[in-house]
Amino acid sequence: MFERHRDRHGLWILVFAAAYGLLAAFVENSYYQLVMAVVLVWAVMGLAWNLLSGYSGLISFGHAAFFGLGAYFVVLAQIGWGLSPWLGIPLAGVLGGLAGLIVGVPTFRLRGHYFALAMLAYPLALLYVFEWLGYQEATVPMMREAPAAYMQFADGRLYVFLGLAFTVAAMVLTRALERSRYGLSLLAIKQDETAAEAAGVDTLAWKLRAIMLSGAVAGAIGGFYAVVQLVVTPLSVFGVLVSAQALVIAMFGGVGTVWGPVIGALTLVPLSAFLDAELAAILPGVQGVVYGVAIIAVVILAPEGVFWKAKDLLERRRMRVPAESLAAAPESPPHAFKVPPREGNAPILQVRGLSKSFGGLQAVDNVDLDVRRGEILGIIGPNGAGKTTLFNLLNGFIAADAGQIVLNGETVTRKSPNKICRRGIGRTFQVVKPFRRMSIGDNVIVGAYAHTQSDDDARAIAHAAVAAVGLSEDAGRLAGGISNKQLRLMELARALASKPELLLLDEIFAGLSGTEVDELMVVIRRLAGLGITIVIIEHTMRAMVQLVERFVVLDHGAVLAAGTPQEITRHPAVIEAYLGKKWLADA
Amino acid sequence: MSPAQHVENFLQFLTAGLLTGAIYGLMCVGLSIIFGVMRVINFAQGEFMMIGMYVAFYFFAFTGPYIVLGDFIAPYLAALVAGPAVFLLGVLLHKALVSRVTGIGSTVLDSEGHYAQLILTLGLSLVLANGGLVVFGSAPVSIATPLSSTPWVVGPLYGEEILLFVNQGQTIAAVIAVAVVVAFGLLMARSRLGRALRAAADNPQAAVYMGIDVDRAYRIAFGFGVGITAIGGGLLASSHPFQPYIGIEFVIVMYAGVVLGGLGSLSGAFFGGLTIGLVQQLSALFLPNQLQNTAIFVCFLLIILIRPDGLFGRATRRA
Repeated sequence: MFERHRDRHGLWILVFAAAYGLLAAFVENSYYQLVMAVVLVWAVMGLAWNLLSGYSGLISFGHAAFFGLGAYFVVLAQIGWGLSPWLGIPLAGVLGGLAGLIVGVPTFRLRGHYFALAMLAYPLALLYVFEWLGYQEATVPMMREAPAAYMQFADGRLYVFLGLAFTVAAMVLTRALERSRYGLSLLAIKQDETAAEAAGVDTLAWKLRAIMLSGAVAGAIGGFYAVVQLVVTPLSVFGVLVSAQALVIAMFGGVGTVWGPVIGALTLVPLSAFLDAELAAILPGVQGVVYGVAIIAVVILAPEGVFWKAKDLLERRRMRVPAESLAAAPESPPHAFKVPPREGNAPILQVRGLSKSFGGLQAVDNVDLDVRRGEILGIIGPNGAGKTTLFNLLNGFIAADAGQIVLNGETVTRKSPNKICRRGIGRTFQVVKPFRRMSIGDNVIVGAYAHTQSDDDARAIAHAAVAAVGLSEDAGRLAGGISNKQLRLMELARALASKPELLLLDEIFAGLSGTEVDELMVVIRRLAGLGITIVIIEHTMRAMVQLVERFVVLDHGAVLAAGTPQEITRHPAVIEAYLGKKWLADA
Repeated sequence: MSPAQHVENFLQFLTAGLLTGAIYGLMCVGLSIIFGVMRVINFAQGEFMMIGMYVAFYFFAFTGPYIVLGDFIAPYLAALVAGPAVFLLGVLLHKALVSRVTGIGSTVLDSEGHYAQLILTLGLSLVLANGGLVVFGSAPVSIATPLSSTPWVVGPLYGEEILLFVNQGQTIAAVIAVAVVVAFGLLMARSRLGRALRAAADNPQAAVYMGIDVDRAYRIAFGFGVGITAIGGGLLASSHPFQPYIGIEFVIVMYAGVVLGGLGSLSGAFFGGLTIGLVQQLSALFLPNQLQNTAIFVCFLLIILIRPDGLFGRATRRA
């Protein structure tokens, strides 16, 4: 599970390129040559879209913005400055990347529907701007002196070969990123952005990298498209159909894989070219109808795309994850998670005057709290006492109205969750947040990224974290299909993999049977033995009395009492008001 | 220009903005019903509007000459006829396609469910727009009523200097638009059907337990949504030439309005649409014509970036 996968995709990419190139070499008809080149343009465009939307799940309806900017840049730079496309296309890529950054910074504040809609507006706004600027039709000037220096060839096959070079480059790039930190971080974002953030993934930074990369590829291929087509109009490069085509090609073939966009382009582009050539005179618009029908059919019949559908059929088992042995992977020893001792007796976490209200509800009210280094602290209180809100404040999901949080002497009050994670606070969730489509091992690897820059180290740390919670046997299983106990352990391992000094466990025993609770407690004690400070939320005391050294009781957002289990269980106000009368009898 | 001319210009565009805005408001209400009840973003809304325009156009062409005062009454009658026609189309398409990716089964949506809806309706939009091109041809048409070139003249005001021209056709269209919005608002507030729709919108699970056929409620909401937008399209058809690709421009206009008013709120959607109409027309005061739509897009982007819950919406809690 944790070793590097041997990659046979590289070989397949070569086979594909050789076959396509060979086919192109024998095509004499210049129209077919053009179609073959355009197929590759759209394959790369689909790959560009996939780099952002396929992996991160943030659907872009606006990739035409990058494509169009690239196309216009190459043409206008050649007209205005005599810049050759050999230079213009790489610069178009830079421009596309910059555009991605400019678009991404404001737009990533939006999620879901809003993101998709906002992305739609960018190319449409640009379309009208380019029309207004008077570029209704920009034509690449012919360079009869030195055509090759300006990427102008009499033989259309050369465009196919160039397109093939682009495609192979985009495929190799995608493939390299897919199994790396990039791919796993984006997949984690796609499945649960909140959990990714808590696991130390800087979600905004990853999304920005993704849109810049995606925009750069789209910009460059837009520039190449202009060279192939010779004429650029606002509608042909900024139009909705451009964005739609990128999306359809990737979705049709299958997202989140290097092959999907290629399959999509190889199928749909020739089909629409054929329809356009045969029927456009009689039935204009038939091309759009075919695309629309293809989209509808894919969403209803094979929402995962042709590649995944075919793979499922071939493997006869859905979502099969190969059971790989753990023994092959290097493993960091468990003491890798040992927290180095610090000088002095200062509390690891100091909270002063922390307050948060939602509308009229004071969820957390002027809370003071010291967490001692190395202790196991229980926070209890009835439902609605503000326990989870307190955790959300501590790990940065919500911003406090007032107050201060100091971790190891450093104020972390308004830091983002991923930064707080990197500074040593890990957490689990009341309702488990697994990355369902990823294996247990991959879930934990994402957590390990917070601690190390090296992907190999991340694997080793994840391996050790999985072993530390006793899940080694199951590391290859998909998180979508494991038991509640395993999910709890997996979240614990994911938090552990970021090498935290302080772990926040939110109702980690919820829904577990008595024996399962005992097993989990053994694991938690083992972690405490490594010097990790642990804070657990529960609303009952029963399991906690055996585990924790100290309790803090919350009610209506405020601290009601604090002390050892013995003190708290005998505290009359606590017993009667917050734990119910039956505890009076037990105590 | 003298100051009085500036004022005249401003008032002229303000009037035009209010009149088009009322129709935009109606279209936005249609879109908002679909989002409010089904939580589905319907990308094909602009194409349903376009079909409404063509239904009105053909209804007018074939029946106009046989109706008393046909040139004056038939355009508005045609717009109202477009409503039920597109309602039926919407119900059929919902049953055949949209319900497969929405409905009660997808109320506990993961993000992938959302995307299936978005993408399905994007596909529908492509089929309808390009199918429209095949069926209706690409030449722009419009419904010719003598009213759309006859203004009422207000004034002269302010010492003979200001003359305001109010287009009669557009004014009647705007009045009908407001009437339809009010009628639909009453339907939602008072009727049994309205209660069922609101219940299904509020909590589909609970509505099912209360014996409400939520899938039917969704189907009807989808039909109402596209039908109402189609009436808006029909009303616009007498002042705005159109062709099968017109939908995509308006889908942004509609989303801008709906987002401005806060996704899901009917009255918010109407005033959002009205505001967008004003922005579009008033931008003509300082922007070239071609950039009017860019002004809307920029306005749209600003709204969703600054206040994703809408100007009139309440701020929602995150995380």
